[in-house]
Amino acid sequence: MTTDTKQTIIRIAEIIINELKLEDVTPETFDADLDLVDEVGIDSMDLATIALVLRDEYGIRIDEDDYPKLTTVRIIAEYIGDKLADNQ
Amino acid sequence: MKTVSSLLDAQWYERYKKISRLNIRSSIYDVTDRCNLRCKGCFFFSSGEHERASEEKDVTKWHAFVEKEMDRGVNLAILIGGEPTLCMDRIEAFYKRLPTFCATNGLIKVPRDRFPDMMVGLSLWGDAEDEKTLRGQDTFKITSANYEGDPHAYYLYTITPKQLGKTEKIIKKIENVGLKVHMQLLSNDEDVNGFSWKPEELIAIREEMDGMLDAYPGTVVSSKYYHKIITTGKMLDRTFGWNECPSVTILRDNRDPQPKRLTNFIRWASDLKTVHRCCTSETRDCSTCKDGAAHMSWVMVNKRAHIKTPQDLQNWIEVYEMFAKLYQFIPW
Repeated sequence: MTTDTKQTIIRIAEIIINELKLEDVTPETFDADLDLVDEVGIDSMDLATIALVLRDEYGIRIDEDDYPKLTTVRIIAEYIGDKLADNQ
Repeated sequence: MKTVSSLLDAQWYERYKKISRLNIRSSIYDVTDRCNLRCKGCFFFSSGEHERASEEKDVTKWHAFVEKEMDRGVNLAILIGGEPTLCMDRIEAFYKRLPTFCATNGLIKVPRDRFPDMMVGLSLWGDAEDEKTLRGQDTFKITSANYEGDPHAYYLYTITPKQLGKTEKIIKKIENVGLKVHMQLLSNDEDVNGFSWKPEELIAIREEMDGMLDAYPGTVVSSKYYHKIITTGKMLDRTFGWNECPSVTILRDNRDPQPKRLTNFIRWASDLKTVHRCCTSETRDCSTCKDGAAHMSWVMVNKRAHIKTPQDLQNWIEVYEMFAKLYQFIPW
């Protein structure tokens, strides 16, 4: 895993923790492979909120049709990485 | 951090996973402004909503409208009225494209050769005496004959204060015709004498609803948490009202901060242009609203607030399952 990906994962975790007001977890301890729906319990509206913050942060558009695929922090980080690479 | 699986045993976790990705996006549609009954307390007529818009009569426009609604992400059409079954062509515009629920008084039978698996909710406002007082006739005789044994129909039993101590008789009647029943409470928008809830009556009816669920689990589609919410207006440490309601039309939602709400929810008038404020009467006082679907949705959109204790999360699962059954996203 590259340093960039690791930093992206930590930043995404931080955004999720802040937006969902999650307790007893830090960006560093957040399990990047934890299923966001089955384990964290986020719903499509939570994901829409997070997508807006990520859009502003990384300057990318997250298509609503892609939401079901974005099941973990690691997958979101890879998705963002791919989008940024496409934009270059 | 509390995770879902840390709060549930294997059986509950499986139940959770069956509903966690359903992502139901409903909107509500007034199919027509007309009805073949005039019930006292029906919010549609008492609040003058039938006069807000002139219904669209060109069925091709209904088809185009539904296409646009699908583009908006709607995956559940809830048809109300007036009486939707007066306009089967309009119902078909939805049914051909979307999971569709039709709320009806049941006097006109939905033809099953045309709508084989459309879920139908049959309104019932009590026993024969109450039905005559509030609706001018006892509809049960006709509706039960129309839908006996139909696996895609159930009674929406609106309980009034006068039904205290009588609900079992109604539930038994429904069970005897092979149908399911979901219970909700009358909001009495027209202030019909004797039909407004007193606090002690709400306590008593909650107990009675719980008793009916225990006694008739194969017939009553409900949950005790829903009974608590609908009778107390309380969920966790919060109180239902305008600032909490999830069923406000998105185009008219100027609340700040905006609460958790149904994604892109709109209640459309039958001209396909006008929108109503919310899923029920615009003139209703939100603090006394008893709308069952709004209270269910209130629980459903607040999933994360229920990821606190095993009991809270199990309560959430039961309410979500109830909704999903009533709209055929999961089997009975």
